Amino acid sequence: MSITDVVNSSFVKWMDTPAGERDIVVSSRIRLARNINMIPFPHLLDQVNGEKCIEQIKNAWQKSPASSVLASMDMISFDQLPALERQILAEKHLISPLHAESDSPFRGVLVNSEGYLSAMINEEDHLRIQCLLPGLKLSDCYMRVQELDNEFENSLEYAFDENRGYLTACPTNVGTGMRASVMMHLPAIQMTGQLNQIIQNIAQLGLVVRGLYGEGSEAIGNFFQISNQITLGQTEEDIYNYLHTISEQIAEQEKLLRERLEKDLKYQLEDKIGRSYGILSNARVITANEALTLFSDVRLGVDMGILKGINIFSLNELMVEVKPAHMQKRTGKEMDAIERDIKRAEVIKKKLGTISE
Amino acid sequence: MYCEECKKRSATVHLTQVFNGQKTESHLCEECASQKSGFMFDPANKFSIPNLLGGMFGSSYSVQGMPALALQSICPNCGMRYMDIRQAGKLGCSECYKVFNQELEAPLRRIHGNSQHLGKIPLRGGEKVIIRRQIEKLKNQLQEAVRAEEYEKAAEIRDSVKEMESKLL
Ligand SMILES: [Zn+2]
Ligand SMILES: [Zn+2]
Repeated sequence: MSITDVVNSSFVKWMDTPAGERDIVVSSRIRLARNINMIPFPHLLDQVNGEKCIEQIKNAWQKSPASSVLASMDMISFDQLPALERQILAEKHLISPLHAESDSPFRGVLVNSEGYLSAMINEEDHLRIQCLLPGLKLSDCYMRVQELDNEFENSLEYAFDENRGYLTACPTNVGTGMRASVMMHLPAIQMTGQLNQIIQNIAQLGLVVRGLYGEGSEAIGNFFQISNQITLGQTEEDIYNYLHTISEQIAEQEKLLRERLEKDLKYQLEDKIGRSYGILSNARVITANEALTLFSDVRLGVDMGILKGINIFSLNELMVEVKPAHMQKRTGKEMDAIERDIKRAEVIKKKLGTISE
Repeated sequence: MYCEECKKRSATVHLTQVFNGQKTESHLCEECASQKSGFMFDPANKFSIPNLLGGMFGSSYSVQGMPALALQSICPNCGMRYMDIRQAGKLGCSECYKVFNQELEAPLRRIHGNSQHLGKIPLRGGEKVIIRRQIEKLKNQLQEAVRAEEYEKAAEIRDSVKEMESKLL
């Protein structure tokens, strides 16, 4: 399976929420930052070093044994991948939006067929290897990303220092070079006004909270990404185990609040969810932000058994399908804001119509 | 500071919003903040990356005592000076970490609360580091054995330490 297949598929692994699992922790991700010894970091790459860098990575990929994880991935440089397809990969969370912006021949990406493993080439570091899985699966992510890291290491000489660890362009990543994160859907915490309290607590625990980006890179739809701040002086296991524990505690709080809402505000809650579902399945024009806000209510409704016959997997797919690059790919032409809002309503209506039968 | 939204309660929540690459900050009370859903939360403002780096590198050179020297030395591999690094918030290459090792000590401590790596070691080029860590561990065991007066065990450990040390030569 090639990168083009991944671009064209509506499926990537992180969307695959197992049936019966609560819709609180959406996905887990572990990302490792790695650099090649002596080659200047990406922000200083000139022609000679840029070629040298991508050549070495390409070599590691081509020479990897047939049975390796690396050999099962596809690689492409960004001068070979159209902007729209790069954006699609970013919307699927396989590369960062920033990485997608460039068409440099020194930049590129490696992706596996199910899209749970990817490696950005020459983003902020020479390599950013990531594993992204559905649910709370940090140790699984770590194991897989480790394996890939070891395979790269067979042919690349990493920039490493005994005292400072893996050397990165930005000193905030040095050491393990590892960023572990968990995407959570926290509507009950938000509705009950406890979000800021929780965010402040998380910050005091040395973790960072960010929102899920909509069209204007703003947090919407009650999705929050929690990740580690510190990368130096702790082991990888300690970092992700800690994040795991905190995520479980937040998920537990969200669960309790959902139960309380159901008990105390049953009618209001069902009304809110029903209205949101009504708008989504009947609107003719809808903005990205409105859609994402309403999706949150529908997810909550599905999770609490208020809306039947819809699975979270389809909603994950839908959330990505209504993003600009995905819609442009589908219609085959560039659209202005209004055309996009019309198309978005159409895509949502169609999908909700087919999955709620 | 009063909340920008209601202008009644005091602003306790400081939010950072990024829109089309433009960053704006809002200062709100908790109630107004929880109504706002279109924000990227940046609860610990002191942790935001540009702030962090500016602050980190900036104050480190006054701590360092010999700022002029530090600012003038150049990484022979990539040509970055410490002042370039401070400005970019990024180092230039792996060698920069060696050249500016001393200057980086304080900033790293401030960012991570620590400056010594404890995590994974690459197999290639990391062999000696792995051996040194094993020796470190054995030496601790040796001390314990001596303390417990288990001299036979201590002798065994001492032999393995010697064997390990010979691998480093
Ligand atoms: Zn207010
Ligand atoms: Zn350098």
